[in-house]
Order: sequence, then C-alpha cells, then structure tokens
Amino acid sequence: MAGLSQDDSQDNRARDLGMTTEQLSGRTQQVFFEPEEGENFTYPWAPDVDFNKRTEIDADELTTAEVNAQIHALMGQGYGTIVIKNPRGKHGLGVGILSRLNLIFEGSLGYFAVGLIDGPNVRINGRVGWSCGENMMSGTIMIEKNAGSTFGAALRGGDLVCRGSVGSRTGIDMKGGSVIVGGDTGALSGFMMQRGRMVVCGNAGKNLGDSMYDGTIYIGGSIQSLGVDAVESPLTDLDRAWLTRKLTLFGLLPEKGVDHFTKIVAGKQLWNYDHLEPNEKKLIL
Amino acid sequence: MCGIAGLIHRGKSSNVGSEMTSMLQALKHRGPDSTGFAVYGAPTEGDYIMRIKVAEQEDMAKGHGILAVVDGRIAAVEARLAEHDAKVKAKDKVRPYALRYIIGHGGDTEEMVRYIEEIEGVEILSMGSGLELIKDLGDAAVVSGNYGLGSFQGTHAIGHTRMATESDVDIRSAHPYWAFPYNDVSVVHNGQITNYWIMRREMERKGHRFMSNCDSELLAVYTADNLSNNVSLEDSLRRSIEEIDGVFTYLVATKDQLGFAKDTMAAKPLVLYESDDLIALASEEVSIRAILPHEIDTTDPYDEEVRVWQA
Repeated sequence: MAGLSQDDSQDNRARDLGMTTEQLSGRTQQVFFEPEEGENFTYPWAPDVDFNKRTEIDADELTTAEVNAQIHALMGQGYGTIVIKNPRGKHGLGVGILSRLNLIFEGSLGYFAVGLIDGPNVRINGRVGWSCGENMMSGTIMIEKNAGSTFGAALRGGDLVCRGSVGSRTGIDMKGGSVIVGGDTGALSGFMMQRGRMVVCGNAGKNLGDSMYDGTIYIGGSIQSLGVDAVESPLTDLDRAWLTRKLTLFGLLPEKGVDHFTKIVAGKQLWNYDHLEPNEKKLIL
Repeated sequence: MCGIAGLIHRGKSSNVGSEMTSMLQALKHRGPDSTGFAVYGAPTEGDYIMRIKVAEQEDMAKGHGILAVVDGRIAAVEARLAEHDAKVKAKDKVRPYALRYIIGHGGDTEEMVRYIEEIEGVEILSMGSGLELIKDLGDAAVVSGNYGLGSFQGTHAIGHTRMATESDVDIRSAHPYWAFPYNDVSVVHNGQITNYWIMRREMERKGHRFMSNCDSELLAVYTADNLSNNVSLEDSLRRSIEEIDGVFTYLVATKDQLGFAKDTMAAKPLVLYESDDLIALASEEVSIRAILPHEIDTTDPYDEEVRVWQA
C-alpha cells in the first residue's frame, strides 16, 4: 500500500480508495480549452527522447513483437527518430507507443498498424491494412498510399491522414480527433461516430454516417447514400476556415478550395436519452 | 476466418505452384486446418486431368484394413473409366488416398463423373484440361510438398487456407471447390453463407451435386448453375451479391479467367495488386508481399465490387 497518505482525514482516505469526485486530468482525457494543457504533454514515466537522435530497424527477419520491443528499447535509449525498414505488410507494428517519437515506416503495414498510440508522429511511406490508428489518443499518422477498412476505428484524438483511398467503415465509433482522406472512402463510413471530424476529399460509399451520434463529416465528392439519421448541414465560415487550415497543413487542399464540401451531421432523431443525473437515475431503478 | 489468394499472369506462364505456396504460407495464421490449391497449367489437347480422392485422412488412420478397401475403390474407379471408353494415359498415386489421372475421353464427362462418384468414399476433386485441384489437411508448405507442387508451371492459380467454422476438418470440406460439371472452374471463399440451406435445396432440386456440408461449396454449385444457363462469369459474380446472403469474398477461376466478388457490407478483406503482367489478390497484404517483396501499390476493393481478368 505504498503511497497511502499519512494524513488520516476522511478526504484522504476516500481519495486513497479511489472514491474521489475530482476532475481527472491528463492528456488522454478529452478536455477542451484547458489552460493547463501545456503541463500535460508527457506521461511522467515516458522516456526522454531526442528527435535528432536517429536510428533504423530492419524488420525483415523480425517478428511483430520483436520490432515493437526494439522500438521501446530504442526509445529508452533516447532515440527520438526511428525508421523501420522492410515492414512488408506485417500486422500490429508500432502499437502502444505512449510518448513523443518520430516513427517512419519505409513500406506497407498490415492490420492494426500504430494503434493505441498517444503522442508519436508517424509517417508510413506505403499502404496500411485494416484498423490503422485504432484508438489513437493524440499524435499524427500520415499514410502516403491507400488504407484498408475501419480506418481510425474508435479514434479519440490526433490527426489520422491518408493521401490515397480508404476502405469501408472508416472512422467507425470515432470519439474525437480528425480523419483526413485524400481519396475515396467505402460504405458505412462514420458508422456510430460520436465525436470528432472526418474529411474525405473524394467520394463516399453508401450509408455514410449511419447512426452517428454526433461529430461532423465533410465530403468533397459525391455521396452514394446517407445512412440512418445522417443529414446534410450548411457549411459555415468556421467549417471553411477549419477545412482550409487542416487540409493546407497536410498538403491536401483541393485546387478549387473547400466550398464544394458537403457537411454531414447527426439528425439527432435517434437520440433517446433521459435527462436524469446518475443519482436521480438510481432512485428510479 | 480463412485466407484466400489468387494470382494471374497475363500472356505468360510462370512458377505458379511455388508462388501460390508462398502466398498461402503467409496466410497460415488465418486458418491452419487445411490448405487447397487450384493451379492452371498449359491445357492438354483432347485429354483431361482428373484429380481424385478415394478416402479421408481420418479413414486412413483406422488401420491396415483400409488399404485393401482403397485398392478396391481405385480398381472400381478404373473399371468405370474403362466402361465409359476413357483411356488412362497416366496414373500417379500422389498420396495413399489421392490420385492424379490423365485420361483420353471424347464424350461428355459429366455422366462419367457421376457414375464414378457413386463408389463409396470416392470424390472427383477436379476435371479439366488445365486445372489441377489439390487440397489436404496441413499448411501450405506441407500440402505443396506432399503433392509436389513446387515445380508446377502455369498461368494462374487460386488458393485457400481454412479455419473451419461451418463444417468438419476434412478434405471434403476443404477448398477450393470444383464447379461440377464445368471443367476447369474452381472457387475459394472466405466468409459464411447464411441462406445456405434454402439455396442448397433449390440447387438440389435442379439436380446439382453436393459432396459436403460446407457452405462454401454452394458458391461453386451456384457458379456452375449460372454457367449452365449461359450466364457469363462476371454476371454470375454480380448476381451472387444479390442472391446469396451472408458475408463473403470469393474468387472464381476458369481455364483463362480469374474473378472475385465482395458482399454488400465488404465484411471480408481483400487486397488487390494490379499491373500490366500480373494481378495478385489475397486476404492480407503479407501474402502478396511473399511473392512481391519490393514496394508496390495495393488497394482494397469496395463493397459489391466485382472484377474479372483474362489470362
């Protein structure tokens, strides 16, 4: 029971037992306009890396687990720029990195590439398979070629960018952050999306934004069909400004600007929430 | 889960046996139960290549008694070939329970195949002038090694690594399936078909044969049924998306074509690499990388997508 407070007051005992109601802080939490955010840039135990220290890993003869273990070992030695050569479509590379890092993949990755990350800037000079950037908390992932289905599933923060086209169910269940696609997206994109923004410069497949709770989808090309409770909404100046800034940042701004984008939001017809506080609910149940 | 792979060389032949072995070995993690190959070599003029199994591996483990039974079945097969004026030009007992024949036959093979398959335990895996269909328990390297596929030259091939979800682990439920009675047509499938029994009863009423209880066999029978109605391969693939329920990505190969269809939800993966002289497609990119280690552009086909390539 290390770390238990010496002070035996009621408040401290309650906190030690995890029963406090204070607001949790930390960069994995979605906190908007938090002035103290600057203090939360890294986890306390994150390795101190130097971006100018660069090294390479040849993944050719290694297993996924060995490559990932090597990335963590090199970060422990202070390497801030790691280049992975010959990934050859391996699954699950670069997952679970929770600190600052420049990670570069010189080739294509398989399923669940760089999922569960919080902080790194990743560049992939190839294609990725299904579920790239799943559950990313923060950071940037740039993919130079195409991506598979469930791109950015359950994304919570950061920018996930694909210059090519992506598969079906893009941004399924996303809860924050931005998914930016230079090409087209497949069917059921934005399915059950809860928060965040998705930008597709090309066309979208059928059932776009099906059952979305909230969040915003911008489509530059045609939409095959909208899903249940996904509705079109007028593009505001704020949308235009955000789109211009974001797309310029990644060099994906279309020549004709951003005025042609269609904005899709939740119609909120499926919202059947009650307005009770948790303790009020307890009384009813 | 299952893994599927296909490749087609345009206008030239290549070592498709070893290429498909590498592709399927890279997909082993998607299904270790059995592996199957449908490889297409140079067509034999006027002759047919017949791949046949006369027992399951499970039967072979039952003791020495089965050896006499197997010999009896082989003798019966040859007797029935002779009855249909089919001349055995070559015979290769590749495994104790699997044989390869080259037969000269002028007439309709359908009647003959039906007659031979009436022998207990006998299944004709494939019949064709270019197609060789090989399937057995074990991973790609084991099956390919046992059947001597490494040196096979041909234009195109499809293959499958199976994780049994809908039926038993045995050779009869392994892929690829031959689209009986159409010579040289084979099918591999990744997925589950949910209106299997409805469709199967409909097909059986039309007189089609089912050799297993594996849902994927339906796709082979369905393709054969469409071909018998003069429906093109591309239209058959397109029609299947409407008529067959469930999740599927499947590949069909004929003597000079390779095609695929994906269901309306795009629920099963497929990665496609296309160039002027080679098309390779597989459930995962690692499989394509097994034969093309250099950097290439690949795409994920979308829902309801259908494509057909000519050799």
